Amino acid sequence: MVATDKPAYRVIGSRPVRPDGADKVTGRARYGADVLLPGMLYGRVLRSPHAHARIVRIDTSKAEALDGVRAVASWDDLPPKNWDELPNLGEGAAETRWMARNVFASDKALYKGHAIAAVCATDPHIAEDALGLIEVEYEVLPPLLDVREAMDPNAPLLHDDLYTTDLSGGGTSDEPTNIGKHLEFRSGDIEAGFEEADIVVDREFETSMAHQGYLEPHNGTAMWSEDGELTVWNSSQGPFVVREQLHMLLDLPLSKVKVVPMEIGGGFGGKIPVYMEPMAAILSKKTGRPVKMIMTRQEVLEATGPTSGTWVRAKIGATNDGRIVAAEIELAFEAGAFPGSPFSAGALCALGPYDIENQRVEGWDVCVNKPKVAAYRAPGAPATAFAVESVLDELAELLERDPIDLRLQNAAREGTRLSDGTPLPVVGNIEVMERVQGSEHYRSELQGENRGRGVAMGYWRNGGMETSAHAAINQDGTINLVVGTVDIGGLRATHSMQLAEALGLEYDDIRPQVVDTSAVGRSSVTGGSRSTFAAGWAMHELAQDLRTQLEARAAQIWGVERDEVSYGDDAVVRGPEAEDGSERSVSFKELAGQLYGSGGMIQARADVSPTTVGPAYAGHVVDVEVDPETGKVDILRYTAVQDVGKAIHPSYVEGQLQGGALQGIGMALTEEYFYDDDGVMRNSSLLDYRMPTALDTPMIDAVLVEVANPGHPYGVRGVGEVPIVPPLAAITNAIHAATGVRMQKLPASPRAVLNELLSEET
Amino acid sequence: MQALKVVRPTTIAEAIEQLNEGGDGARPLAGGTDVIVIARARVRDIDVLVDVKQIPELTAIEWDPDSGLTIGAATPCYELYGNADVVQNYPAIIDSATLIGGTGIQGRASFGGNLCNSSPSGDTIPTQIVLEGVANIAGPNGERSVPVEDFCTGPGRNVLGQGEFVVSISFPAPDASGGARFLRFIPRNEMDIAVCNAASAVKLDGDTVRWARVSIGAVAPTPLLVQGAADALVGKPLTDETIEAAAEASKDAATPIDDMRGSIKQRKHLSAVLTRRTLQQAARRARGEDIPSVGGH
Ligand SMILES: Cc1cc2nc3c(=O)[nH]c(=O)nc-3n(C[C@H](O)[C@H](O)[C@H](O)COP(=O)(O)OP(=O)(O)OC[C@H]3O[C@@H](n4cnc5c(N)ncnc54)[C@H](O)[C@@H]3O)c2cc1C
Repeated sequence: MVATDKPAYRVIGSRPVRPDGADKVTGRARYGADVLLPGMLYGRVLRSPHAHARIVRIDTSKAEALDGVRAVASWDDLPPKNWDELPNLGEGAAETRWMARNVFASDKALYKGHAIAAVCATDPHIAEDALGLIEVEYEVLPPLLDVREAMDPNAPLLHDDLYTTDLSGGGTSDEPTNIGKHLEFRSGDIEAGFEEADIVVDREFETSMAHQGYLEPHNGTAMWSEDGELTVWNSSQGPFVVREQLHMLLDLPLSKVKVVPMEIGGGFGGKIPVYMEPMAAILSKKTGRPVKMIMTRQEVLEATGPTSGTWVRAKIGATNDGRIVAAEIELAFEAGAFPGSPFSAGALCALGPYDIENQRVEGWDVCVNKPKVAAYRAPGAPATAFAVESVLDELAELLERDPIDLRLQNAAREGTRLSDGTPLPVVGNIEVMERVQGSEHYRSELQGENRGRGVAMGYWRNGGMETSAHAAINQDGTINLVVGTVDIGGLRATHSMQLAEALGLEYDDIRPQVVDTSAVGRSSVTGGSRSTFAAGWAMHELAQDLRTQLEARAAQIWGVERDEVSYGDDAVVRGPEAEDGSERSVSFKELAGQLYGSGGMIQARADVSPTTVGPAYAGHVVDVEVDPETGKVDILRYTAVQDVGKAIHPSYVEGQLQGGALQGIGMALTEEYFYDDDGVMRNSSLLDYRMPTALDTPMIDAVLVEVANPGHPYGVRGVGEVPIVPPLAAITNAIHAATGVRMQKLPASPRAVLNELLSEET
Repeated sequence: MQALKVVRPTTIAEAIEQLNEGGDGARPLAGGTDVIVIARARVRDIDVLVDVKQIPELTAIEWDPDSGLTIGAATPCYELYGNADVVQNYPAIIDSATLIGGTGIQGRASFGGNLCNSSPSGDTIPTQIVLEGVANIAGPNGERSVPVEDFCTGPGRNVLGQGEFVVSISFPAPDASGGARFLRFIPRNEMDIAVCNAASAVKLDGDTVRWARVSIGAVAPTPLLVQGAADALVGKPLTDETIEAAAEASKDAATPIDDMRGSIKQRKHLSAVLTRRTLQQAARRARGEDIPSVGGH
């Protein structure tokens, strides 16, 4: 079943109410913070006040003596570790060794906020009081905060056991270094390419660390029972990945760890790693009581994983007639305290929308004294797209070309090789560019002083990964659907819709449920724009299985051959004419009522790991107004165009486009990790870490282009990530159009823009 | 947050006693939009909160065309912009009241709390200063009144002594030839803290400035009354040049710091920009023009 151009769907493409909606808007849905267990203790974490320090001594005796305190845990309480095993964290792979040292600092604190010890007590105030009683002696070391300084061979080292791994086949470095990984993509002849160019633009760009900004803080409640079984309730993007991390960190068999997913208040990639869950588990083991831990906002900002701050150089050459003949990209990404930045995805995506014969992309993953980064929506791509799309804007200006025309002339299409050499499957890149160019927004005239319009493109590869599901038919013809992928942004609904479509049933006939790790097969995280895509394959397989079983049962009831019976798309099972000439047919609902007593109920399960992923392209148009006296940028109008393959539930897809654009606006204009020279983040609150509010953006117009993914039963492409890729450059290109100033360092905060405007004047 | 106690006095005398007894660990609680945040973050050790909202004087609004306006120190912002007399006679108070936080915060946040929190960036303080506000204080040694421009003594510090608290804030009656305006600059459009703020009030005789006050905030340890700006205007016609001179005076008076919220250069520049913009708009209000507050409620 492969998607044709415009198949007529009954359920797909409609906009039903989500199954989890009422509970969420009435406050009845249960999140991690709602977990309450008898005898529960409350845990808090002591964190390093220094960005870089050797831990000389920790004395917890006074804290332990405080009335109400039940246990204290630190690095020494993690079991002996087998560092060579690597958990499969989906998009956030990290070696257990680094993971363990991030849970608790071992011999060194590597960033301000790095966990030193955890305390649990009978109430949270006592736990907090106890933190002040823990004595820690530090030998403060100079912090390393700049990614390029950290790359210097003479720079002080964060780790004495980190060696550079060359992903392009160069092996491992002989000496320890701050560079975790290195890669280089090369194709064509870069020197000859630049030689052929009539015009070359070469610029450097920087972005700041930025946080996903989910409103729900990290949380975890653990109960380590007397028989050695661990149960953890928390909000994460994937209970199975939480289970795997706990299995590695605590040296427990997978079967003895059960993770119960609570509803999640946002993740965007940041709720894949564990932080306090292993602490809570250790404290529970020590006390025999359940232990609950919830981060404060300051802890979320200082000690969970934002996305990398970056340095990117983009050098692009074109001929006078607009052909891009050479591109050279260099990028250095902050990994934070431990290696594992999204630099390789940034490298791959930089030139994704374009067909460029001669290119060289080189990247470095670099440790600095900042929190270990985690995945954040299209990890790595916004930063490199910012560089490339800014340079293209400048080239278009110099060549006096419409910026979309120039991009169309050089657009990647099916068969174009990406920087890593893989050819593109069917994609909607050109369709998106054409839709941008043809949009009323792009064609409208922008009037008024200090105003400007910008455009930019973005590419993201998307993911596949594992999804497991069960479906059980009930006697009344309804179905209970059980999945292991947590619901972020409407997944329950999109699972149900695809199963209903595949079985010819109504959306309301399917009741989906997200269950814990003991109740369904391993499922990967909700992330990587994979979940609705993989769900479609799983639902398709479930439906095929159920159809086959129902056909067999009908054949058995009718006493006819199995292959004489077929399940139709109208959910009616038909067999051969009876001897008396009457029609043999039974509806799904009728047959469901006959299952019990004719051989038992019917269930199906599916375990899929689809690889026919459809890449995503997005094109954004934005109008801004810049106050020349304050440097403040106001967004006047915003349009996000995207190839979504097929929108299962268009409202949720539009929501993804709007949400991605909004987070990109934040990165472009106001969000940054503001560090002082000591490596202390000065803005670790939502007052000073400025995410855009509803008053900071107009309604974002979402335009859905549907170029079906031939590798999916319904044509789905992942949609969640790519909309955060174009906004950075679209906005700075608009600022340039409004003011003549090119912002090459983000965020383009009022302070930064004003600074540029004032220095232009003098 | 540490565990703490909340008491609810119903008279001024009772509150004085409880504050006095509690010593350093006791704090008045008005709307709580600052003090609860501070307690949670353990910025200060607080063990008793004295909720002053049950004391009638603390939430009263009294208006008299001759003697002016007195607002209870704990009156929440929404009561101010819901009061026709205040809206009619003190549009600059509405400027401040409608932009603190958002609708939810404005249901609790008070002018007294804003003043006593004594943040250099408090968004009601420049307005209170240019409107010649006076803080009426009660304490163990009786009552006293302090002009708002003399109230704050440093970031988070003010003239209140042990056991003292602010009962109300009084403003003289407005002049028919007068107008005032408050503006602030924030990187976002709501829910933010001023990088710089400013209020201006003028009284005009035709084109000539008879009286003026300019106050800027977030650019010094306390909100400033900029005497130099008034001097640049009073007795002179209100022109681009005199306004520019006042703006320059604000810029000179500003002694900002560099921090995550703004740079010295930016804040000095904004002191001038906001002085100019508030003066222009205060003058338009003085001439009877209706300039709506732009707060986000
Ligand atoms: C989300 C949010 C947004 C905000 N936005 C803004 C903003 O835009 N602009 C701005 O300026 N502020 C803002 N604030 C800060 C705060 O809302 C204001 O300063 C508000 O005016 C404080 O008033 P309150 O009644 O809540 O004071 P409280 O928190 O009750 O008290 C503040 C301080 O004053 C003391 N105090 C209170 N009443 C008295 C009294 N009568 N006598 C003596 N001492 C007293 C308290 O002990 C405390 O130290 C914001 C706060 C939040 C949480």
